[in-house]
Amino acid sequence: MNLFIASVQRDLLVHFRHPSEVLNPLVFFIVVISLFPLGIGPEPGQLKEIAPGIVWVAALLATLMSMDSMFRSDFEDGSLEQVVLSEQSTFIFVLAKVVSHWLLSGLPLVLLMPLAALLLFLDEAGTWALTLSLLLVSPTLSLLGGIGAALTVGLPRGGLLVTILVMPLYVPVLVLATAMVQAAEAGSDTIGYVYWLLAILFGSVCLAPIATAAAVNVATDQ
Amino acid sequence: MANQMLQVRNAGCERDGRQLFEDLSFSLATGELLQIVGGNGSGKSTLLRVLLGLYTDCQGDINWSVDEAPLYLGHRLGIKQSLTVIENLRWFGVLREAPVSQDRIDEAVYKLGLTGFEDSLCAHLSEGQRKRVALGQFLIMDNPCWVMDEPFSAIDADGLSFLMAILQEHLDVNGAIIISTHQPITIDRPINTLALQ
Repeated sequence: MNLFIASVQRDLLVHFRHPSEVLNPLVFFIVVISLFPLGIGPEPGQLKEIAPGIVWVAALLATLMSMDSMFRSDFEDGSLEQVVLSEQSTFIFVLAKVVSHWLLSGLPLVLLMPLAALLLFLDEAGTWALTLSLLLVSPTLSLLGGIGAALTVGLPRGGLLVTILVMPLYVPVLVLATAMVQAAEAGSDTIGYVYWLLAILFGSVCLAPIATAAAVNVATDQ
Repeated sequence: MANQMLQVRNAGCERDGRQLFEDLSFSLATGELLQIVGGNGSGKSTLLRVLLGLYTDCQGDINWSVDEAPLYLGHRLGIKQSLTVIENLRWFGVLREAPVSQDRIDEAVYKLGLTGFEDSLCAHLSEGQRKRVALGQFLIMDNPCWVMDEPFSAIDADGLSFLMAILQEHLDVNGAIIISTHQPITIDRPINTLALQ
């Protein structure tokens, strides 16, 4: 538990001192979303219809941008091998890394959602559904992305590979999340989608760190 | 009474089709220092990683009889550039679940010659100073076994004599040290040497 808290604190401190890695994906997210009204034309009806898809794809890409760096600096400066060596649970360390990744990339995206919804003329129900879906899904994105990040950490330029490895895992949550927002806009019940997304989240919390910890052990074995 | 800490039997390792070492057998007891020598690329660092279990593609039996995992100083120092000297030292303590008091850290900083740099980011320190921070882990904790990979590189003459002093001190309290270096070790103790071809 000590390691978990200390590790999250350490990551937040490091990123607080060098915020560019955190800010870049957020700026990217807002830029991508603000380009759509310019490209497609400021027709509220049309924008509203494609808004869930746009927001979700932009959020996915922004998350992937920050994914590659989850373990990279720890690997390069030797912190990762010190963790493996220390006989402390790699699972806990990996979970802490995922939590701090979510705090630094997922949570800010959730907070930016109302702004994104405003840019795309989403109504109130749609905005709420969008924010809720991202809140439910963003931890899953960090958890699943961690597997790809740990697998590719030993490779120089593993960025694209992370995307290829992780994208297929993201497809189900992408489909469910956009469907949830569309259902909310159409005024139908969304609780079914919430249950599904929660189920995927809990499944990922239990399983993904095991895979990530194993990948970390492989990465440092050299 | 010297107790066995490490027993290695028939260790061998092949890397990229080249046999680095084979049939190595040796042991390490409390109060002993083992110096590993050998040319560049002879496998010194790999041997240390094999001993620690960080590199597992090898043969042979490696048996540690210690309660705590050895402290390790590798080529990658384990120092975060964007953390301060104190924060980095505390992190070493967290990793080993060792309660590290502020007094102990202050003392280590003083001994390491880093007074005045406590709150400097490690990115702003010189190579030698960063090495000193990484060496700080040996001063703030009481693990019986130390594994050091080239600890003297980038260290100045003052640092060198200080390092020799802490090696001596650690052996005097029945610690054990495995060290890979080209530098002659000038301590008042018998030194076991293991030469890799």
